Amino acid sequence: MTQITLPASKMLTPRSNLRNWIGVIPFFLFALLFIFLPSVRLFVGSFTNADGRFTLENVIELFTQQYILDSYLLSIRISAVTALGGGIFGLLLAYSVTVGGLPKPLRSALITFSGVASNFAGVPLAFAFVATLGRTGFVTTVLKEVFGFNIYDAGFNLYSFLGLSLTYMYFQFPLMVLIMAPALDGLKSEWREAAENLGANSMQYWLRIALPILLPSILGAMILLFGNAFGAYATAYALTGGRLPIITIQIGAQVRGDVLHNPNLGNAMAMGMVFIMAISLAGYSWLQGKTERWLR
Amino acid sequence: MSVSTRVRKFPFWSWVWFILGGLYFVLPLLATFEFSLTMERDVIGFKAYEKAFADKEFLETFGYSVFLATMTIIMSIILIVPTAYWIRLRLPEARRIVEFITLLPFVIPAIILVFGLIRVYSSPLNIPFTEVTLVEPLTNFQFGTNVLIIGGYMVLGLPYMYRSVDTGMRTVDVRTLTEAAQSLGANWYVIIARVILPNIRTALLSGALLTFAIVLGEVVLASFLGVTAFGPYLFLLGQHRAYEPAALTFTTFLLTWAAMGIIQRITGGQGQVSGAH
Repeated sequence: MTQITLPASKMLTPRSNLRNWIGVIPFFLFALLFIFLPSVRLFVGSFTNADGRFTLENVIELFTQQYILDSYLLSIRISAVTALGGGIFGLLLAYSVTVGGLPKPLRSALITFSGVASNFAGVPLAFAFVATLGRTGFVTTVLKEVFGFNIYDAGFNLYSFLGLSLTYMYFQFPLMVLIMAPALDGLKSEWREAAENLGANSMQYWLRIALPILLPSILGAMILLFGNAFGAYATAYALTGGRLPIITIQIGAQVRGDVLHNPNLGNAMAMGMVFIMAISLAGYSWLQGKTERWLR
Repeated sequence: MSVSTRVRKFPFWSWVWFILGGLYFVLPLLATFEFSLTMERDVIGFKAYEKAFADKEFLETFGYSVFLATMTIIMSIILIVPTAYWIRLRLPEARRIVEFITLLPFVIPAIILVFGLIRVYSSPLNIPFTEVTLVEPLTNFQFGTNVLIIGGYMVLGLPYMYRSVDTGMRTVDVRTLTEAAQSLGANWYVIIARVILPNIRTALLSGALLTFAIVLGEVVLASFLGVTAFGPYLFLLGQHRAYEPAALTFTTFLLTWAAMGIIQRITGGQGQVSGAH
């Protein structure tokens, strides 16, 4: 495949395959300096003690220090909740504009808006939610003055698990829409017709044909959503100022100053995150392979 | 989509989901906009915008973020276009490994990336096994910090940029273009800069706009590397002001929308997704 006939001898001779690798050296050099070296440094640091010797202590401490464990669990909980909630809501939205029978222009409006919202995160997103659901926020005020319902008296707090989840949802469900809309397009109308000819009703079609076909891509997308929330830092920090100690915020505190008094424990915390992210990505690509059988 | 050619009744539930989704999208923006207009008591006006835009620090940090975004885009193109081109033309066996590397930023969140960068580059770079210093710690001087943050942003944008460029090259026949250019006597620089680049400009533009949207509001790398960019400025402003941050938040949203709207228009497709949260 690499061979082409050349009019001049200007190109490198196709025979010397090793020399072809020279062309990608800049890319590998970049990856080495900005991806591999930093990751390897954190990895090695996780297994090093203060004297520079090998140790498993840092890794063991991840599981024995209660507050570190709690941070991981909090991050996992918030990521799982928003992946599930955002996933279901995003799926319903994607359904409504693809096979759900809504007018065509609504589809491109929703896709554009999803592109914007999935990129609208961090500090601006946190501010937008304070203006919406904060104590004097727009929705809070409308609910109070028009409907006489004070959500803060009812126990709601924007700077809590629920509040942060609602904020994360703003970039979670649009991402689901962007991933699932093409997948729903891939449902062939023949499948539905065949099912109907055999006497299936709409419910049976969805439960026994469409959903099983879509299931790998739904799960895969939700895993992406999980990772999306798990790595988030700026939104949570800007919203809660560090009062909800999710794992990224703990690591951030460790980068700012060695709050743990053990720099290598910080390295281990970071590697723990990378480990969880890597597992999710592996799960995603495994499910991706299953999807491609039916939906292309 | 011939499923919908069947006679169907009014899609009630589709409308319900769509309207709920629309409210979720619009309410926070509406709330931010409404709030940003009420800086002066009993007056609806753009006072907060005037004040925010007139702030010298805003102009500096915003300009700096635009500079960083531009540099990131230029450097990404210089790095990725020749690589993707070369892999397509001469080195298909490198495709898997390079694609794998471009996906790594999904596994390494920004907070981890900046942590690693600081750990590696806050100490001087010595010639191995000696005490001879080649480069002072990059975090210690402005140029070094710029190199670090632009490199970091290139990593964050890598998945999107690479995929854009690679998709762009798939749709034009790179091989034929190259042969044609070569038979006319073009050298490698001319082939890439004047034949390949113009032919994938749509893909480049969409990758560039997405990178722009990511870098403009980015706060993690900037604040930990101590760069006075727009993201950290907006965060600090939010600590002691109310209306100006709302005005800038709404402006950021409009800019993101502009970027995504253009991508949507030029690619005519699905739009792109990113994850710098």
